[in-house]
Amino acid sequence: MSRVWIVPEHNGERLTRPGREALVAGQRLAADLGVKAEVLLLGADVSAVANHLAASADLAGVHTAQHEALAVYTPGAYCDALAPAIEAASPAFVVFAHNYQTVDYFARLAQRLGAGLLPEVTAWEQDGEGFLWSRPILAGKMTSKVRMRGTGTVLLSVQSGAFSGDALAAGSAPVEALALGEVTADREILSIEDAGGNEVDLTKADVIIAVGRGVGGEDKLGPIHELAEVLGADIGASRPVIDSGWLPRDRQIGSSGQTVSPKLYIAVGISGAIQHAVGMKGSSCVVAINKDSGAPIFGMSQYGIVGDLHEVLPALTAAIRESREG
Amino acid sequence: MRVAVCIKQVPDTEARLRVAKDGRWLDEEDLPFIINESDEYALEEGLRIAEASGGEVVVISLGPARVKEALRKGLALGAARAVHLEDEAFSGGDALATGRALAAAVAKEECELVLTGSQSDDVGFGSTGSVLAGFLGWPHAWLVMGVEIEDGTAKVTREMESGKNEISRLPLPAVFEVQAGINHPRYASLKGIMKAKRKPIDTLAPADLGLSPEDVGQAGSRLEIVSVAFPDSGAGAQIIEGEPEQASRELVDKLRQEARVL
Repeated sequence: MSRVWIVPEHNGERLTRPGREALVAGQRLAADLGVKAEVLLLGADVSAVANHLAASADLAGVHTAQHEALAVYTPGAYCDALAPAIEAASPAFVVFAHNYQTVDYFARLAQRLGAGLLPEVTAWEQDGEGFLWSRPILAGKMTSKVRMRGTGTVLLSVQSGAFSGDALAAGSAPVEALALGEVTADREILSIEDAGGNEVDLTKADVIIAVGRGVGGEDKLGPIHELAEVLGADIGASRPVIDSGWLPRDRQIGSSGQTVSPKLYIAVGISGAIQHAVGMKGSSCVVAINKDSGAPIFGMSQYGIVGDLHEVLPALTAAIRESREG
Repeated sequence: MRVAVCIKQVPDTEARLRVAKDGRWLDEEDLPFIINESDEYALEEGLRIAEASGGEVVVISLGPARVKEALRKGLALGAARAVHLEDEAFSGGDALATGRALAAAVAKEECELVLTGSQSDDVGFGSTGSVLAGFLGWPHAWLVMGVEIEDGTAKVTREMESGKNEISRLPLPAVFEVQAGINHPRYASLKGIMKAKRKPIDTLAPADLGLSPEDVGQAGSRLEIVSVAFPDSGAGAQIIEGEPEQASRELVDKLRQEARVL
């Protein structure tokens, strides 16, 4: 019988939001296969989160992999803990959240196991030949449907936001401790530090104008500042703008920057790659201005203007002034 | 130190994208290709490390004939040599098959350090570098934002979520998957472009790497792309048409009266 394992991210007490989303995705996948999912928790002490899951989630079991070397994440120790367990149980699927930590080690784990690797799943369907998996390509501009061939375990990660963490199937589950072999950190973690430049707090902003690569250069930010001034808005940016040095790093919105939730978010020259989208998802109203009508940002917005931002922004600034005076 | 930098040529996503007739990938006719963005940063980091240690960079790429253009650019920027994995058998590979082929090429080159970009801008697995490391049995680090080589080890700064960095020390040899923004990539000089024309590009097939055609490309992969498509444009923005002045006025009205956010 097929088994579905879920390796959810947690903070020692509870699952994190991506961890809950992976749990829900794994429960659905298991239901599609006619089985109950199982959870595997890694850490130095995971008893709190294991007990919480055992009392609240509909699962065939909660397996705990506890070891001192798992207190701080290293890919070597995580692979040491997971590889023999997956090999012994040979689940059909192991479900992970698609976050930075997963990507750092799960391909390595797949290579070690000779398992299939299926990153960033957003949905799946079944046809006569089995599962067809959807995943974004070309920075979210397009979607691909893929099939896994051959036999043996497939490691898959689910994209952030593709599954609602609230849709958990409730129930209970037995907890079982896994016997671990040798688990060794493959590097010395020296420190974990702030990346720096955290002076600007965009999380409390009401109105944000977010600038993308489409602005064209540091010397072309004038119209952005003018619009920001008339709106009383804060200025944010997508990653390429920060990497190019056009704005400081503390302006970055997205998976490696800030997560914002303004009333109004005006995305200017931003294509809408998933790394940016996760940071702006909490916005109430999104307006996109982009010359590329096919940019994914239009799919995430309430209103859009297709056009050159250097023509649209001055007109928009004037229109706002006019409406305030009128 | 001899540094291998693995680069990928990807479609320029700023260009007009069309689905190929068979629906399985993009129509590549007239499609412009560029070096994957984070790979440009990996190449720059590799050149800096090689220059500081008196070593050299070997730039490696897997792909059809057009990939030579990316390799030439790597040579023009300062790589000493280039290796091109070019054979029909290499095409259509997933991260596991491509990582296996690249690992064999790195092993042949006897490098102490491999740099790649963190993620390709086309299929975006973010995994080829770490699979490559797995085949070599070397440690790897993903999303690298800083590398300092010290006495046979590397002090590595890695980006984490929520604005944190992790600093760790790893033994060499190792594979680092470089995040965009780690440095400012240089431009090729005219002199560099001229010199590149005389630098060698080795072309290798699976057999040159001790691999069977069954181990690489689509034959060696678990994942197969069945179809590609543009997402439904039905749900999404209400597009406001018209000249900038008129469209802006209409947008302001909607933001005031419909969305009530102004």
